[in-house]
Amino acid sequence: MLPAEGALLEAIKIERSFGARRVLRGVDLSLAPGQVLAVLGSNGAGKTTLLRVLAGLMRPSAGEVRVRGRPLGRDDLEARRAIGFLSHQSLLYDDLSLIENLTFAARLYGLASPDQVARRCLEEAGLGARLADRPRSLSRGLQQRAAIARAVLHEPAILLLDEPFTGLDAVASDHLRGLLRAEAMRGRALVVVTHLFAEVWDLATRVGVLAGGRWVLDASRPDDAVAFAAHYLELLRA
Amino acid sequence: MPEAFRLALAVAAKDLRLELRSKTSLLSAMVFAALVLVVFNFARDPTAIAAQDLAPSILWVTFAFSSMIGLNRAFIVERENAAFDGLLLAPVPRGALYLGKYLGNLAFAAVVEAVTLPLFVLFFNVDFGHALPGIVGVAALATAGFVAVGTLFSAMVVRTRFAELMLPVVLLPFMVPPLMAAAQLTSRLLAGRPLSEMIGWLRLLGLYDIAFITLCTMVFPAIVDE
Repeated sequence: MLPAEGALLEAIKIERSFGARRVLRGVDLSLAPGQVLAVLGSNGAGKTTLLRVLAGLMRPSAGEVRVRGRPLGRDDLEARRAIGFLSHQSLLYDDLSLIENLTFAARLYGLASPDQVARRCLEEAGLGARLADRPRSLSRGLQQRAAIARAVLHEPAILLLDEPFTGLDAVASDHLRGLLRAEAMRGRALVVVTHLFAEVWDLATRVGVLAGGRWVLDASRPDDAVAFAAHYLELLRA
Repeated sequence: MPEAFRLALAVAAKDLRLELRSKTSLLSAMVFAALVLVVFNFARDPTAIAAQDLAPSILWVTFAFSSMIGLNRAFIVERENAAFDGLLLAPVPRGALYLGKYLGNLAFAAVVEAVTLPLFVLFFNVDFGHALPGIVGVAALATAGFVAVGTLFSAMVVRTRFAELMLPVVLLPFMVPPLMAAAQLTSRLLAGRPLSEMIGWLRLLGLYDIAFITLCTMVFPAIVDE
């Protein structure tokens, strides 16, 4: 993918190695407002590493990540403010209640009325009755909802989501799909890493398949999901 | 209030709240301090060495090792649910992050020292009397220095497999100058020596604090950014 004018998020020739093992090999990416990129691939393809590099949690061995045209660096606080990140883990403190966790996060992002913002986000996530509960007392699915609430709390322009549907029941999954669709409609750029493309099929505007640390497919989302499924399996087996 | 300081206070307040909830480190540190004092109290021969002579070193050994328990836990709590990623993602300058963790650790050490001091008086029957304000000042200076280094090293070793074991190994050599100066100063304060005899040690503590607080704030971003 070539860097594009007006892109919210760009990755240019990203390489990342762990010792001698090259996990990402020259990955390019460019996302415009409103685009939803579904990143697919088998285990160990480099999906999570790519997401962590895009979030600025991991420095690329080579290449550059840009947010609104500016290099994502340690000192660029505005670039970091533009990113919302959902990882495999909830990023929540087990000894703080949900409301305390999100209020703390809201303070870090310098939001006005952090307590109210935290309360609103948790209520929207369907956790209005569990504000005083601690994360460890929640089921996996409810923890995931809280983690999503934390990720979108500051209304980021870019949402990076790693397996966001993990542990969610059908209702919560549907709610999350609606939320992500609304975020895309509002001009946010979304990168959704998943194993199960059916979960994000309706949502995605583009599909990228990573294998061996590089794109083996990067295209607009095809209309025919069934045909794509067969093609996807071929790509993974190749 | 500057934004960076406001963020640092938010991080410190969060750390203190976490500690008050779990009380893991605080209770461990206090029990540890009491045990050290008990052991030293029964191990010494009061007819051979006067409590006054032994007091400064025992006091500082107790302060240093019990504070280390808190330093050890400072970043281990951040490993839970990868919470530290949440801090690194936020638009918080790394310096403010360091300052927040530092202030939290400093508050922890201050509480431990405030509890240890009366226990120490109880066990060793040392009359602090006139020396107390001076000892509190020395404790503040010395603790500010070694907690600064401890906060940095705590962040450094937290990703290693044996973080709890690694911290004392890397930190203790750096604790020697402030502990030496603090023990010397405490000894002189208890003996009622004039201030002119203490200037050199006070200068060492002051320089150590300035040098290491500055250095640690500068190095911290490179430590936490992978």
